Amino acid sequence: MQLLRRLAIATATGLVLYGVGAWLQDGVIEYVQRIVLLAGINVILAVGLNLINGTTGQFSIGHAGFMAVGAYGAAFFGVKLAPFFQGLLGQGALADAVTFNVALLIGAVLAGLSGLLVGAPSLRLRGDYLAVVTLGFGEIIRISFNNARFLGAATGYFGDTPAGLPAYTSFFWVYAWAIAIVILISNLTFSQTGRSLSAIREDEIAAEAMATPTTRLKVLAFSLSAASAGIAGGLFAYMQSGIRPEDFSFDKSIDMIVMIIIGGLGSISGAIVGGVFVAVTLELMRDLQQYRLVLYALLLIVIMLVRPEGLLGSRELPALFRARFGRPKPSAGSAK
Amino acid sequence: MSTLLQQILNGLSLGSIYALIALGYTMVYGILKLINFAHGEVFMIGAYAGYFGALGLGVERYGSAGLPLYLAVLVLIFAMAVAALLGVSIEFLAYRPVRSAPRLTPLITAIGVSLFLQNAAMLLFTPNPRPYPPILREVRFELGGVIVTNVKLTIFVVALALMVGLHWFIQKTWTGKAMRAVSTNIDAARLMGIDTDRIIRATFAVGSALAAAGGILFGLDQIIINPLMGVLTGLKAFVAAVLGGIGNIRGAVLGGLLIGLAEQLTAGYLSPDYRDAITFVILIIILILRPQGLLGVVRPEKV
Repeated sequence: MQLLRRLAIATATGLVLYGVGAWLQDGVIEYVQRIVLLAGINVILAVGLNLINGTTGQFSIGHAGFMAVGAYGAAFFGVKLAPFFQGLLGQGALADAVTFNVALLIGAVLAGLSGLLVGAPSLRLRGDYLAVVTLGFGEIIRISFNNARFLGAATGYFGDTPAGLPAYTSFFWVYAWAIAIVILISNLTFSQTGRSLSAIREDEIAAEAMATPTTRLKVLAFSLSAASAGIAGGLFAYMQSGIRPEDFSFDKSIDMIVMIIIGGLGSISGAIVGGVFVAVTLELMRDLQQYRLVLYALLLIVIMLVRPEGLLGSRELPALFRARFGRPKPSAGSAK
Repeated sequence: MSTLLQQILNGLSLGSIYALIALGYTMVYGILKLINFAHGEVFMIGAYAGYFGALGLGVERYGSAGLPLYLAVLVLIFAMAVAALLGVSIEFLAYRPVRSAPRLTPLITAIGVSLFLQNAAMLLFTPNPRPYPPILREVRFELGGVIVTNVKLTIFVVALALMVGLHWFIQKTWTGKAMRAVSTNIDAARLMGIDTDRIIRATFAVGSALAAAGGILFGLDQIIINPLMGVLTGLKAFVAAVLGGIGNIRGAVLGGLLIGLAEQLTAGYLSPDYRDAITFVILIIILILRPQGLLGVVRPEKV
């Protein structure tokens, strides 16, 4: 029964996504389409980063590096694998979809592995070291891509054909991935493991005294967070004809931090709101490019001084709505 | 052989600049346990203060002869004063209000201040790199096949003098003694009647002034400055502080020199493309092998 219901919900969501996507494709100007796609990608970035920065309380300020690994990984392997899947499935939408998703997964795995590589040594230490290591790692990644000839070095990677990367990224896929990742991460957050992660944030020593395997959990959360940044990177790559190392500079990491701080560290719905907010304001402020980061910086400082827990803190929107308008929440145990 | 000596010489002069900046990181960390992300930007503003100071004193009238010594020292003092003021204001506006907040909060305001200063500098000074005025007349001479310039020597000497001065300040003056007390245990220091706020202010002032001196020396060494110069240099200096053992003053100097050497040797013998990456490779290695740094001691965490 449970399974059938879930299948039904998934199918319905898919149909709605498909319908909205088709409507967007025909009826809405390209400019708005781009914002909508970016908003979805930002949601993935913000929810993923929130898992490590918000829920676990370990501060990464180099997530653009993981996004870059995912983007380059997905772009490179997508281009190389496309002929294989076309041979297997014939040319057409099916082969494209399979190539795209396999490429995204490869990008995510690569990003997750690099998260493991960075996290394993630095997560044994106090949180602020992690901040610097991630920053340094982001730089190393960017410098490496800048010098990697087979990935186009500083000009960027545009695939093997002059047409650039195929435009696989569509409304349907962005939001399907966004929903999947939000569900995955919120299930994790509200599970026993998630509680342990919050315990690490609240007091690492106390958590360790309660026999929480802190290092292992931190590395787990960090790798998952890196992997979702990798997915976002892959979606981002196939949104345009190519990717350049500057697309993943430190500014990108700052964008992500602003997203989760606006929403409130530790709140998944807050991260979603923050991601959409940043996508929209970034586009609206395109003409004021040079003032954007000044304003962001002031916003960061002021939020920290006035409301350090962010807009929502670690609360979730649904819970707030229930508290204000809804019926009283059934007590635990009777709800099965 | 002579190329190796040349690289070592260049590495030491670059490294002494990193050491000056690293001192500021390590002093603040020693007292507040805060990574002062804005320190790299204080270094940048210091370099610009030196730039405008030198222009204000009419450096172009002297042509390539450089400023007279007393004016050059005046430029240095001016830049150090500007940076000290900036450091103290940053502490007052962005760190003091969140001092009792969870540890991440000051880290985020620090990132915010750093971003703000970078971008404000880009608006005020334009993002274009500027040629640094010739504060010193450059003299080249050859020593056993190695080209030595008086600029490199001056950098080394000024940095060394400032570090010796700092050592004297920390060891011999009352304020320095209080700084050591506050960094050992801030609560106990307060109970002993030390005005901890004043000591923290002094720490920021001294650290920022040293960073400004580093900024001027960097301008002399690299000849151009730009508003983003503090990002990478600041990071490298931070890595230098971690390498030496953060919170440890002698460690910061040692780490700075080592990072400078590593960078020059990488640029000379591997590839100039990776000169910036080597620092972070060192950081990751040191964090795995000896997280307390070369001269650091392991302190058990107290609950």
